[in-house]
Amino acid sequence: MRELLPISLLGGILGLDVVTFPQSMISRPLVAGTVAGAFVGDATTGVLVGATLELIALATLPFGASRYPEWGSSAVVGGAIAAALHTGRAGALTIGVLAALATAWVSGWSLVKLRQWNAWLARRKRPALDAGARGTVIGLQLAGLTADFVRAALLTAIAYGLLFPVAHATVGVWSFGDHVSRAVVVTISGAVAAAAAWTIFHSARHARWYFAAGLAGGLLLLFAR
Amino acid sequence: MSVAAAPRAAPVPSPAPRLSPWTWVTIFTRMLAVQGSWNYETLIGNGIGFCVEPALRALPGGVHGDAFKAAMVRESTYFNAHPYLAAVAVGALARAELSGVPAERIERFRIALCGPLGSVGDQLVWAGWLPFCSLVSLVAFGLGARPLVVVLTFLALYNAGHLALRAWGLHVGWTRGLGVASALGNPVFRRGPAHVARAAAAAAGFAIPLTAARVVDGSASLLALVLGSLGVVAVLLVRLHGRVEGWKLSLVLIALFALISVAR
Repeated sequence: MRELLPISLLGGILGLDVVTFPQSMISRPLVAGTVAGAFVGDATTGVLVGATLELIALATLPFGASRYPEWGSSAVVGGAIAAALHTGRAGALTIGVLAALATAWVSGWSLVKLRQWNAWLARRKRPALDAGARGTVIGLQLAGLTADFVRAALLTAIAYGLLFPVAHATVGVWSFGDHVSRAVVVTISGAVAAAAAWTIFHSARHARWYFAAGLAGGLLLLFAR
Repeated sequence: MSVAAAPRAAPVPSPAPRLSPWTWVTIFTRMLAVQGSWNYETLIGNGIGFCVEPALRALPGGVHGDAFKAAMVRESTYFNAHPYLAAVAVGALARAELSGVPAERIERFRIALCGPLGSVGDQLVWAGWLPFCSLVSLVAFGLGARPLVVVLTFLALYNAGHLALRAWGLHVGWTRGLGVASALGNPVFRRGPAHVARAAAAAAGFAIPLTAARVVDGSASLLALVLGSLGVVAVLLVRLHGRVEGWKLSLVLIALFALISVAR
């Protein structure tokens, strides 16, 4: 558990990127899972978890005030857990992805709470805002940024601290083989990605033919190798 | 030309008030945190005030003047926009405030700008550029690229578009002022989402089987089974018309699989 502090800080930084700063998408699961894996010493496992989660995250469109899972800190938890368990052990990838999804659920809820807290704070500062106080405007912004970082870091610490022992014990009694376990997880995540791609792009003219052409190309490449 | 001497109520004030390079750097950096205090009541309103504030210091009387305080009040109220395209609003509002455009006109302009900046940005970025970059990176992953290459492919590609959009938004907002609405009729916004969607659809077709193959890393028959099952489940999900959220379904199914693996 020596990795808890760096992992929590990483979760804080990547969780911050989701909405508040700088939204450069370092919080995407593909990035967050890989970096977390590298932190624990196994970027290869991290990128496997990240890619699997990225397929699932394709269905999440962060439109305006909609509620969605927060992938930054959750992918850190999933990538770090799977990497710490090592990819050679059957079930490590599955458990990493499962841990990330469970964390994303709680983390999405915590984002809603943060937004409510931001509104409460702004209401309290209303007189100063109505007087055009620049310090209050800047203060509210900094308070929101700090709270978001603390939220994401704490959530990562709690999730990793609670889930890693459970994950370790689960992998110890895992009964399916590694390839079958990976196959089940990627079937689910790939199906979610394919359905999401259809939902998002099908309204564009000829998009289905572009998808079919890409699919044919991908399959040809696979069978040629 | 001084701020005080700028023409009043002109849609595109000419010539533009002057801001120092440092002020632009500050505004651009603050733009990256425009959603810092996002909430369900004023949305990114406070963030707009936060971003415009360095420019408003050039108003007569500086930060202690009445003009500055009145502008801060106006600019920190409710506002909604896509966070990247909010740069258009920040540039245009800074220009309007420094040009002495009447308050009522600025307020009407703010309200009118909310809808287009939200919907255009959502379609172009969240439903277009982001999934496209994500899928291209998954193609790289599926082709066997090393973790660092996969991550850098995504970040470089995505942020080239992201940062360019913010910089363009700030520039066009500032140069066109209250006449900025016409900039949203740019072909990139009108036809861009459809082009990006088609490219992303092709990338999705490529990425999904390749990603599945690298993750499974097993025999050809197992991979064929995975791709077949994946297709069937995907069709079922599409037919549910969004009644089931993909990530929640994944959570339930993977949790069930884990339970079976542990219990049997």
